[in-house]
Amino acid sequence: MTMHSGRGFAAINYPIGMNLGGDPSQALVHSNPDGKFMVTLSSIDLGQGMKSVTRQIAAEALGIPVEDVYVDTADSDTGPHCMGSFASRGTHRVGNAVIAAATEARGVMLDAAAEELEVNPEDLETDGRGNIHVKGAPSRSITSAEACGAAQFKQGKTVSGRGIFLIPTSDVNPETGEMTPVSCFAHAALVVDIEVDDETGEVLVKDMQSAYEVGRALNPKLVEQQLIGGAWMGMSHALYETTEPHYPERDNGPVDFNEYLMPGPGNVVPHHISVLERPAPDAPFGGKGPGEMCANPVLPAMANAVYNAVGVRVDELPITPEKILRGIKANGGARPQGRPGQH
Amino acid sequence: MIEFRKDLFADERDDNLNEVGQPTRRQDILGHVTGRSPFFDDHQFDGLTHLKCVRSPHHRARIRHVDTSAAERMPGVHRVLTERDIPVNRNTLLALINFGKDDEPVLASGQVNYVGDPVVAVIADTERQARDACAAVRVDYEVLPHVLDPEEALLPDAPVVNETYPNNSFDYHEKYDHQKLRFGDVQSAFATADKIVEARYQMSPIEHAPTETNGCIAVAETNDRIACYTSTQALFFSLGTVAKVLDISTARLHFVGGTVGGGFGGKVDTVVEPLAILGCLLTGRPVRFVYDRQEEMQVSSPRGAERWYIKDGVMNDGRIVAREFRGYFDGGAYTRLSSYAVIKGTAHLPGPYTIPNVSSNVYGVYTNRTPASAMRGFGITGVDFAIECQMDRVAEAVGMDPVELRLLNAYRDGDMKAHRREAKNCALIECMQVAAEKSGWAISDEFKKLSSLSGGGGERAIIPHTVTDEHGKIGSSRAPGNTIPGSGYQPAAAPSLAAAASTTYTAAPAASPMPASAPAPTHAPVSSQPPATQAPPSRTPVRPGASSAPGGTVNADSATRPATPPPSAPASRPATSARPRNNNRFSSLFGTRRR
Amino acid sequence: MSKVPVQLTLNGSDRSVFVDPGQNLLDVLRRSLGDLTPKYGCGQGTCGCCTVMIDGETRLSCLTLAESVDGCSVETVAGIGEGAQLHELQTAFMEHFAAQCGFCTTGMLMSAKHLLDNNPSPTRDDVVEAISGNICRCTGYEPIINAILDVAARRGSGRHTS
Repeated sequence: MTMHSGRGFAAINYPIGMNLGGDPSQALVHSNPDGKFMVTLSSIDLGQGMKSVTRQIAAEALGIPVEDVYVDTADSDTGPHCMGSFASRGTHRVGNAVIAAATEARGVMLDAAAEELEVNPEDLETDGRGNIHVKGAPSRSITSAEACGAAQFKQGKTVSGRGIFLIPTSDVNPETGEMTPVSCFAHAALVVDIEVDDETGEVLVKDMQSAYEVGRALNPKLVEQQLIGGAWMGMSHALYETTEPHYPERDNGPVDFNEYLMPGPGNVVPHHISVLERPAPDAPFGGKGPGEMCANPVLPAMANAVYNAVGVRVDELPITPEKILRGIKANGGARPQGRPGQH
Repeated sequence: MIEFRKDLFADERDDNLNEVGQPTRRQDILGHVTGRSPFFDDHQFDGLTHLKCVRSPHHRARIRHVDTSAAERMPGVHRVLTERDIPVNRNTLLALINFGKDDEPVLASGQVNYVGDPVVAVIADTERQARDACAAVRVDYEVLPHVLDPEEALLPDAPVVNETYPNNSFDYHEKYDHQKLRFGDVQSAFATADKIVEARYQMSPIEHAPTETNGCIAVAETNDRIACYTSTQALFFSLGTVAKVLDISTARLHFVGGTVGGGFGGKVDTVVEPLAILGCLLTGRPVRFVYDRQEEMQVSSPRGAERWYIKDGVMNDGRIVAREFRGYFDGGAYTRLSSYAVIKGTAHLPGPYTIPNVSSNVYGVYTNRTPASAMRGFGITGVDFAIECQMDRVAEAVGMDPVELRLLNAYRDGDMKAHRREAKNCALIECMQVAAEKSGWAISDEFKKLSSLSGGGGERAIIPHTVTDEHGKIGSSRAPGNTIPGSGYQPAAAPSLAAAASTTYTAAPAASPMPASAPAPTHAPVSSQPPATQAPPSRTPVRPGASSAPGGTVNADSATRPATPPPSAPASRPATSARPRNNNRFSSLFGTRRR
Repeated sequence: MSKVPVQLTLNGSDRSVFVDPGQNLLDVLRRSLGDLTPKYGCGQGTCGCCTVMIDGETRLSCLTLAESVDGCSVETVAGIGEGAQLHELQTAFMEHFAAQCGFCTTGMLMSAKHLLDNNPSPTRDDVVEAISGNICRCTGYEPIINAILDVAARRGSGRHTS
């Protein structure tokens, strides 16, 4: 038995939002009289952090602390329409709708503050800590709570805003495929180091090193969650997962987690991530959705690493020990390709 | 283990924001660690009943007779539902955005088309009683021939999986049995390429495996409304679907969700809500319909299998000058979202690389298996696996470092993509450079200096003279005696595993084994793109070695690696303003109207 | 079928309940006793979302007959803090972003608590072993492992955080 080291590379981009557009999302924002804001959505938090990232976006756009914002989702009686949480569209589409709603609400809040301070609203700015003051004159200020209270109890204004974000539907040319699929793309490149046992065909993943470009990390910890979890899922897809192990036949399909294989906590490998941020012009503060693309480079990088290790190209997922062993046998033995990138 | 490269693209970013960019704790985290986050099943109702389905044990069968009489008499049973109880028993999810024909019943009507197809639903006081009653339902099946392989499904004699699409493929633009992508002239470019590299890739069906299975609870509210607590990933998709199939006003529906135990795309389908709500309407009791893990594994829609054939024409200096795809999305028995993935996948081709000649035929195919649906990376994950394995094959064929080969061909700001939109906001090169640097993967200095911001556009922004064809009109592939055009498909072909299995030809013969496009391609330019005779001035200086051969071919010998920028496109560039958008020659909205 | 009376201690409180023969503990906890913290993930004993402690040992409540806990002490996440005070593990999970969808979290916390109750200074391998019966599809496990190790480290240095 020999363990063969292998190294594989892959690079990808990923379209953000529903292909061809036509997928609106809406947001409503309103404040209580004490300046605490509620964002109302019909978007779904599957764990990706929808509630959390829209909360930060709303706070930023309103110019108030995040503690003063709460996101309520999803109730079709109170939340406005949203297409849903899929296609990495949440951050981009819903985020933009939240910005629009929050900007409108901020306008009312500043109008109210201006009336109280007897200045023009254009001369006001927020400090992000709950204060509204005259530009260049921080002492002439009012709290956002006072402004919202005055709006509702003295001036008779609702401090609220509505937002929708829609990329109009694009057509597809039947002859050439010409279309406008999406407005921005996330990017990634990944190197995986593995060892392949030429007796058992098993792949031992040793290390992953990656670079992910996400537009802007709206919350770096949420991005980290997605990238680590997503790359883990990519590793799982590459080496283990399938509902039909004898595809296209449907026999022996797994029905529980004993048969449906996924790496466990003992299979976690070091993953060194670099995050790049090139803001997308039409994305909320430039942020692209990192959630879906993170798994994609792992699958081909793993296949390329297996080839590098033992000279077997497994072009059918998952890359099972059986497929590797059959390939080694067909080649008359393992054929290590030598460590790449050694100029 | 995570670093933020704030040095890159710094001048495109304002990093002085208050809340955005902060590692703020999740709004929902306290609920998660205390177990108080309200997942759909955490809503408790007195008198709750449970719904379970009788499912097909056959890949394809005619239902001769259904006898529910014994089940109806079982202890605890409130109601047995069959297809006759469904007001509008045919739907397709994307009908809500006017895409595709209604093709899927809520409960099987006359025929089952996959193992797991629901036939009868039972509502009882306990899950066990519901299961026992399901076991007492008698269904008399006449087993029919079935087809499981997507390429076999397109053969003339293959059984019809889905009567709505009798050709076993989704109809595009009311014209073709696949979605085309045509950019330039791949066949001419293959003829002049130094090497041809081709391979077949197979993506497996995959289960989302959220720890919370698909489910919902429907309960009567005041004022003749129904509340539905649901795990859906798309609240209004689910609400609209229920309104349609149950023929009920949306004003009577109140959907509550938003806190979901993982989805990954597997909870977009709206499979549990219609039956639970119908059960609630008919019994007056709260009805809970939750997939057990076995159903989640084999009945809930998986990430569909995809099969891709890629053929590349590459120059010895590493420039890929032509790339041809043939792709099959195995959608299973009903459309769900696979039709959409075909278009999304098509838009993604040829991957994040600037290749002057690209052609693709992608099929959405029906087979007698669990309907496929969206999953994380939908439409992209499978073809990215194919493309990125292919890039390594190409690198090997020309004896080049695989990272440098990718950098050479990487797309940059201003480049024209094959779907005829300009690339912008690119960062692929930088990602590759960072990954190579940190992993100690040595690349030469000239590749370290490349940037997404420069060197793109100009000739690389040209829309080439394009060869089109009318191959694959709806129904033509399935005409008797026909074979899959250009497929070379062998149903029993063993997977190519050995290193030697990679097919590399030198100077491709005209009759390569994998011409996916038309027999007899016509060199007709697309009407809106009159062939230009001369390339326009480049917006960026043309680097030495860049070729600009007219007529859809690329000079094979013009470049010396690696100074060459990636492929200069063949000449023929219409003015950008002449590019039609949303004009009438396109069939409307994905090309297919709901019927 | 006649119901069976079961008396148990649930998070320190005496509870009595009538259960169906063959009914599992998860069902009884959630539907009869109103403790929604254990979750149904598979009903097959393969995901760990329903993990509770019975007389100090971790058990999968979906595979445990409710009748069998008569006279036992059952502990769930609803009882691991002290009143409104969070348990250190809950705090650490929050700080480490050790949950995404949150569905596996309560089961994961019970496995982690059992580990630390019995092994105050676990190695990383010990932690991995302890949570190896709990599936998390979102996080890739790394932050969960780190959160548990962090609690052990803080305890070791006598620095309690909650």
